Parts: sequence; structure tokens; C-alpha cells
Amino acid sequence: MPETLLHTPLHDRHVELGARMVPFAGWEMPVQYAGVIEEHRAVRTDAGVFDVSHMGELEVEGPRAHEFLQSTLSNDLDRLAPGEAQYTLLTNEDGGIVDDLIVYRVGEHSYLLVVNAANRPVDYAWLKDREIAGSDVRDVSDDCALLAVQGPRAIERLGLAPAAAFTFAETSLDGIEVMVNRTGYTGEDGCELLCMSEDAVRLWDAVLERGAVPCGLGARDTLRLEVCYPLHGNDIGPDTDAISAGLGWACALDKEFEGVDVLRRVRAEGPERRLVAFVMEEKAIPRQGMPIAGGGEVTSGSHSPTLEVGIGMGYVPTAQAEPGTELTIDVRGRPRGARIVKKPIYRRED
Amino acid sequence: MAAAESYPDDLKYHEEHDWARVEGEEAVLGITWFAGDALGELVHFEPPEVGSSVTRGQSYGEVESVKAVSDVVAPLSGEVLEVNQAVVDAPETVNEDPYGTGWLIRIRLSDPNEPGALLDADAYRQLLADQ
Repeated sequence: MPETLLHTPLHDRHVELGARMVPFAGWEMPVQYAGVIEEHRAVRTDAGVFDVSHMGELEVEGPRAHEFLQSTLSNDLDRLAPGEAQYTLLTNEDGGIVDDLIVYRVGEHSYLLVVNAANRPVDYAWLKDREIAGSDVRDVSDDCALLAVQGPRAIERLGLAPAAAFTFAETSLDGIEVMVNRTGYTGEDGCELLCMSEDAVRLWDAVLERGAVPCGLGARDTLRLEVCYPLHGNDIGPDTDAISAGLGWACALDKEFEGVDVLRRVRAEGPERRLVAFVMEEKAIPRQGMPIAGGGEVTSGSHSPTLEVGIGMGYVPTAQAEPGTELTIDVRGRPRGARIVKKPIYRRED
Repeated sequence: MAAAESYPDDLKYHEEHDWARVEGEEAVLGITWFAGDALGELVHFEPPEVGSSVTRGQSYGEVESVKAVSDVVAPLSGEVLEVNQAVVDAPETVNEDPYGTGWLIRIRLSDPNEPGALLDADAYRQLLADQ
């Protein structure tokens, strides 16, 4: 039976713009408008806008919200003041990654979690199961729309003042109430604009009016892969731990949270395998699931529009995880050479 | 720039969205505008080896866009005489000029009767319209 796909408030706008719509995590989403490469370049050189309203928003409030989240999320919430945000992980008892997310400290006792679309029900149930008295978890995803405006000229085009990464402020943009978050998934300067669902179309139109190029999930994926941001479900998941994935920096191992014992042990003993980034040395495009000779497999792979070469990430045994190491990827039966590089594969010039 | 949609009348077409330009005992093969548009801008062409044989209806190579991989199906059978190195070096040539500089391979036909079974441009346009 065909699954009924969810629509964001901007669905009609995407169709009007001629976007190619595809199913993604239960949603019908634009994968591209003019073309992945063109959109990718717009974000690297100017400004692009992505509808990411499919992502989930969970509110956690109450006098014990901090205590609750500090014991549930991997990063150290004590380092977060109101108006600041943090990349963090929801971990299971094995140290696996239930989800990766951004937590925003909205007030002293109030937090907003922006989570992956596919994991929204899992995350909500996970938190509800562990909820303590004095901490209330609510799924407010349906009330919210989220637009990522990314690129070196994104902030200027929106007429916003510069601000530090991982901070946020409530303001209005062309008369629309928005929460402006200095976060993103592209490796570029920019922001993510959270607004009420009913304001989404007006905000989208205002952002396009200011010259941002509409961009689909295709470009979002190539942009994040060039800067080696992991994608939950590809590079990380409930069966992979944060240390092996190179996300130890987002885990405060000196505090108590679910799975911390496992993560401490992996850190102490050293992981058996590591998530590495690689660049193809021979003409070929690595894809998710391709075996890597010597053990391991590609978890994300694509053509890099910036470097114009095949790039990817994958897990390899620790002994062969150093930058410079040569890898052989099995590209549908053809062995093709690649080389491990230091992450990120691409870094913007400041 | 991607080319505008077109299906030249002097070509023969295969329902897997491939075209052939028959020139005596040889033929030049490529993919149609429709195939290139469906895939998006091509970033890789995995060609067959010169001297290998291709079989009508079977894959002889792969084309890839950022998001997708597709087999290239041979509209005719024969021996590979030449691979278009310009497309190997710059695969987007296929989107820019699918029936000209974006050709993929040249073959020597193994069966002179095969081209008769291919679609003409009108029949191929009808096939697209019926999809």
C-alpha cells in the first residue's frame, strides 16, 4: 500500500517552483529545483534557502528540565547559557546514537530540541519514557516551520547583524516573528529561521525576495558531506558509538548520561574502527553500502561539486584510519583507489 | 547549460532511452535528452573497453549524476570501436549536447537487421507521451 507522505507548509511553493519532489523520512520533499550542482554552488558562493520543516521540534520545560536533559543528552548542558545552542547526542545504554540534534536553551528552565525528521517519534518516545517530575516534554513540530538560509552572503541578504555561531535570538524579519539560529548543516555562514507554520509561506517568499536560491535535499547532502557532518541513518545510528564516529567532542564523559560507561571504555581502549573521510584517487563515485577492502564500508558517498571528485565517509579498522592511507572501494565490482583525508574534506576560507 | 528537449528525426531510438545514429556498418550510440534530464547533470561516465562487445538490450556502461546511477542500455549489438573521451572527461557534455558532442560510443554492427527493430523519433515521442 502506498504510504501517505506528509507535506510541509511550503509544499505548494516547491511544486510551483518546479522542484522534483521525492519521499524522504515519510515526507514529500524537494530534492532539487534547478539542479543539485547549481544549488550547491549557490550556497558555497552566495546564499541558498532550504525548507527543513520536516525536522522535529521538541520542547522540554520545567524546573527540572536541565537536570533531565543533562542526564539524557551527551554534551555538557552546564556550558549553555540562555540564547546559546549546542550540538549533542541522544545515546542509548550501549553508547549508540539514537539521534544527533541541536539543543537551544531558550530560558533558564526551557529548552528546544531540533531533531532529525525520521527520528522525531523515536526521540519523543525516548524522552517521554525517561521524563521526570518537573520536566515536561512536548512535540511542537506541527506548529513550526524551519528554513535554513546558508552561504557567505546569507546573513547580509537577510539584513541581519553578524552574531556568533551557536547563538540565537528572537526577532522579526519583514514583519514575521522568527527565531534566528546561527546554526546550519552546510559548513557555511548562515542561519536557520524557525517560525510558526502559518507564517512559513510569507517567510519563504521574503527570503527568496532577498535573493536566496531555493535549494533541495540533494544539495543539502553534498554540502554536509564535503564538510563531513555525519548524517544519522547513514554515518551514525543506534549501533555506532560517538567515539568511533569522531563525535567524542560532543560527549561530556565526566558527567553521567545513558551509555557513558561504554563510551568511557571505548575512549580508554581506543575504538576498533573509525569513521574516516576519503577522496577518490581514481574516477568513480562512492555510494553508501559499497565495501572497503580490508573491512568496512562506505556510509556516505557522492560526487563533490566543489572539488569535482568522488568523496565519501566510511568506517575502517583503526589501524588503517590515518589520513594519507590508501583505500580500495568496491564500486559495483570494480576496485577503485581512494585516499583518507583529514576531516573536513572541504573547509571554507574565512 | 542543459539542452532544450528534442528527439532528432534522423536517429533511431530504444525504449530504454538510448539513441543510435546508424552510419553504414557502424553506429554511434548515446542517451536521449529525456534520460539526461531524468538523471540530472551527469558527473561520471563509466565506459566499456574498446574491443569489447555490446549486446542489444543489455547494459554496456553506467552514467551517474550526483544522486543517481543508471545503466546505459545498448540499442544495437556490436563491437566497441571508440569511446567518447570528451564525455569521460566532462560528463555534463551529455546534458549540454546529447545527440552531438555528448555521444557515448561508436560500434561496428554485428547484425545489419537490428536497426530495423528500433523506434523512429515519432514512435519514441509517443512512448514518452504514454508514460
